[in-house]
Amino acid sequence: MITPANPTAPRQDDPPYQKGDPVALFIPCYIDQFYPGVGEATARLLTRHGVPVVFPEQQTCCGQPAFNSGYWEEARRVIHHFCDTFGDHRWIVSPSGSCTAMCRVFFGHVDPDRRVVGVGRRVFELTEFLVEILGVTDTGATFPHKTTLHIGCHTRRELGVVEPTLKLLQNVRGLTYCELPNMEECCGFGGTFSVKLAGTSLAMGQTKAENILASGADVVVSPDTSCLMHIDGILQRNPEMKHIRTKHIAEVLDAGVQ
Amino acid sequence: MSSHDLHLEGAPFLKEQNAGLYEPAGSKSLGEATERSSKQNRAIAAEIPSWQDWRESARQIKQFAIANLDKLLVQFEERISARGATVLWAENAEQANRLVLDIAREHHVKTVVKGKSMVSEEMELNHTFEAAGIRAVETDLGEYIVQLAHQRPTHIVTPALHLSAEDVGKIFAERLGEPFSADHQHLTNVARRHLREEYLKADMGMSGVNFAVADTGTLVVVENEGNGGLSTSTPPIHVALMGIEKVLPSIYYLPVFLNLLGRSGTGQKLTTYTHLIHGATPGKKLYVIILDNGRTNVLADPATHAALHCIRCGACLNACPVYRRVGGWAYGWVYPGPIGSIVTPGLVGLKSAGKLPFASSLCGACQEVCPIKIDIPHQLVHLRHRAVNEPSPMNSLSERLTWKAWAWAMSGSKRYRLAMAAVRLGVRMAKFLPWHPGKLGAWTRGRELPRVPGPAFRKSWSRHRSQLDSHDRSDRT
Ligand code: SF4
Repeated sequence: MITPANPTAPRQDDPPYQKGDPVALFIPCYIDQFYPGVGEATARLLTRHGVPVVFPEQQTCCGQPAFNSGYWEEARRVIHHFCDTFGDHRWIVSPSGSCTAMCRVFFGHVDPDRRVVGVGRRVFELTEFLVEILGVTDTGATFPHKTTLHIGCHTRRELGVVEPTLKLLQNVRGLTYCELPNMEECCGFGGTFSVKLAGTSLAMGQTKAENILASGADVVVSPDTSCLMHIDGILQRNPEMKHIRTKHIAEVLDAGVQ
Repeated sequence: MSSHDLHLEGAPFLKEQNAGLYEPAGSKSLGEATERSSKQNRAIAAEIPSWQDWRESARQIKQFAIANLDKLLVQFEERISARGATVLWAENAEQANRLVLDIAREHHVKTVVKGKSMVSEEMELNHTFEAAGIRAVETDLGEYIVQLAHQRPTHIVTPALHLSAEDVGKIFAERLGEPFSADHQHLTNVARRHLREEYLKADMGMSGVNFAVADTGTLVVVENEGNGGLSTSTPPIHVALMGIEKVLPSIYYLPVFLNLLGRSGTGQKLTTYTHLIHGATPGKKLYVIILDNGRTNVLADPATHAALHCIRCGACLNACPVYRRVGGWAYGWVYPGPIGSIVTPGLVGLKSAGKLPFASSLCGACQEVCPIKIDIPHQLVHLRHRAVNEPSPMNSLSERLTWKAWAWAMSGSKRYRLAMAAVRLGVRMAKFLPWHPGKLGAWTRGRELPRVPGPAFRKSWSRHRSQLDSHDRSDRT
């Protein structure tokens, strides 16, 4: 496999994580509203590993939908709100690779201001934070299901986060890992792409769904809920695929822990 | 076709947002062939342990070359002219066409054999020849096939990638009067037999240029079929067409690029033939036409500079999940795929090509395979930003107002909660609607909407936190 291009290095210039440092949760809007269980699992996971968790209540969105659609001026307003909300936090963790990439990689495109870029680079994807910052590779979870993994393209290629997610999944008890054919291929979600070029997006999603079915798994997990929303929508439309469930990785890493 | 009038005939997705659900314009052969070549590209790249370093050096060399275009092109001109070549400059396609015609007329040319050249496609040179009563024959097998079929290439390296062997057999039967066959070897032999005669008859040969080396004044042309060699050396005149971005500073860098191009383009360690042309063969003529045709516009935008580093290997097309499904014609012009969505707006302007940067899920597979590490997805988003602000089909007041409202709602937590309550209500109600308008309809055409759960995360956070706190305390005691 070709190694991911240019993963943007987070925060080298800042002091390392000290035990007891609090973490601010960034729960993206669609998780907040449609998948609150993912946020709760994230908070539980972090707390269980001794990380004090706070949730800045002013938070809204990372600005990605407008940014990807070309509306950078509008995105900038939302990004500034993000920076006002999270500006005082050293560690920001999000259960979304795609939103993390928006903060870390793309904030600087919209506003090269040092503060904005600085806040963006303090955002971590959950599995990345667990493995690379906390050094946790086993969360003590049990999940006795045939499971396959889809890593969103922003997580894979913009952040370069693949290994941490895999490592954590491999240590889940009872889990049977099913290899996903052509796993590095895009599922076709792509934010507003999914409704702008719906036909192409659906054709891509169909291929992904067929590969998931072929993997033999009953559950698809992902560090990206947005991809899962699209994949799940397609699986649910298809009688042969309906039985396959989608789950965020936090829910699996939190499953069955005493 | 004037270069500023894009035909998006192959592109239901560009014309109409909700068209083309499971009938993407690309053919089955295209999907399979691109997937196969992409795997091959990756496998042969993986053979080189320092592949990433090579990409990085190539990127830096190209960056240097593009930053010093003015000096390097002049150096190239001086050196190759000293060995008998005539170098001509063209600002746009029209000028370039005129230059080629002038050469053809001066030498009373009736038949031209052409090696593969994307610049010639850009210039629509075959139309110019036709109008002037000059017979032009494409000699690259793929180009030959699409020329016979009166089609446009779908791919920059393998122009007939969308056609199966059966399709080709039918085209040969229809246009050349050959008995039908779908056997690869047989079809190749048929093409070879017909083309051989053309080389011997031709008064002029043409080629593209893969690299123009400044320090030695060398044209580099790579190919796999021997047609490039025959087109450039059999006729008494050779006219080479190149864009200004083809220049390399030094011949010492050539091996890196030959390796990257062969491996990324066709999954070969090296292309079968590599021609280094240092000047005119005694007794024959060599012309080099250097074309701008909008490339300096690309240069003028610092965010898309790097698009000029492209060596036209086609790897990004093969890797692109969108290209695989919609095919090359969907992009409306000569350069399809991810790089086409940058180059086309650059060369013909956002006014006609402003939709192209949106034809991507921004998955980044293109950048991952690009041998020159061109940051394609980042450039696409940059061009989207320009497209909604400059005159283009994507510049829309209603969209602007929608995003303004969105930004207002998303920059205050109270407004956010209200907006989200409306979204939740909408999603809940959607299942009772007989039909779904606009974006909602585009989503539910092939997907279920998510179920609306109980309270949002932020609503239950305080309760949740107190549970976490008590757990935490009980853990510690
Ligand atoms: S952009 Fe890169 S991958 Fe695409 S054709 Fe150009 S060099 Fe090849």
